[in-house]
Amino acid sequence: MSDCATYSAPEPVFAEPWHAQVFAVTVALNEAGRFDWPDWADRFSQTLKRHGLDRDLDGGDDYFHAWLETLELLLNDLGAAIPAEVIQYRNAWEEAYLTTPHGQPVHLTASK
Amino acid sequence: MPHDDHNHPHALLPPDPALRVKALETILTRKGLIDPAALDEIIDTYQNKIGPQNGARVVAKAWIDPDFRKALLADATPVVADLGFYGRQGEHIVVVENTPELHNMVVCTLCSCYPWPLLGIPPGWYKSDAYRARAVREPRKVLADFGVSLPEKTSVRVWDSTAEMRYLVLPMRPQATDGLSEEELAALVTRDSMIGTGLPKVPT
Repeated sequence: MSDCATYSAPEPVFAEPWHAQVFAVTVALNEAGRFDWPDWADRFSQTLKRHGLDRDLDGGDDYFHAWLETLELLLNDLGAAIPAEVIQYRNAWEEAYLTTPHGQPVHLTASK
Repeated sequence: MPHDDHNHPHALLPPDPALRVKALETILTRKGLIDPAALDEIIDTYQNKIGPQNGARVVAKAWIDPDFRKALLADATPVVADLGFYGRQGEHIVVVENTPELHNMVVCTLCSCYPWPLLGIPPGWYKSDAYRARAVREPRKVLADFGVSLPEKTSVRVWDSTAEMRYLVLPMRPQATDGLSEEELAALVTRDSMIGTGLPKVPT
């Protein structure tokens, strides 16, 4: 039985919810034809190389930091989301979290 | 802010990258470039539906059915697609067979290319700089770190995945498994044995 449990319950696929989210956004955009995967792999490998110059990447959180940075750069190149927009919405989400009472769902207000 | 509630005055603020991902989601959704429901479907698929159990089924079938094995080694992509394993990052799958003379091991030195439909999302170590650099340079030492020691006469071949070409190792069938069903055999096939950093389990 213990073998069976080990087999069917491996380590979590995504260690953090945002790892799963950034992964899903990227896959969804790829499937919608916004970019092809070899192009993504090429860009991602460049980011990993840049990040790995002064230290060894552990393949966990730092892997997804590199992933997110690659996606932000790609979306800027595509004109789909430019840095000013990203900062604006990032700050709007931060404000939403800081002003939503604990335990309630967090939403952006429609005007943001 | 009420004084008696100052420990949890507001919702827990996610870390900076999580906020940046939420920003991207909002922007892309409002522009109609992504559908939030599709994101949930993608996450559910990789968290719950796709994983090494798929590859294990392919390996077990290859152990039992010589014609399947032959077809798999000749051109794996359509063969595994027939079992329902196709799609994202599974466009060109190559299966490499372990023998007493040759042990195969898979890495992606470029980034983290991996046969998603057969193995799911790669584990952290597969994506680490340490594995990506060392697998090519000193594969036997890496295998030793994984607890795998091979006979001297067995040579090790390392396959470097790309966005176009992804590899799956067909491990050797363990001894004393003659009477086992396909399902029982599949339970012996570990994820690492299909990457080449492990061996299948031995029946107890």
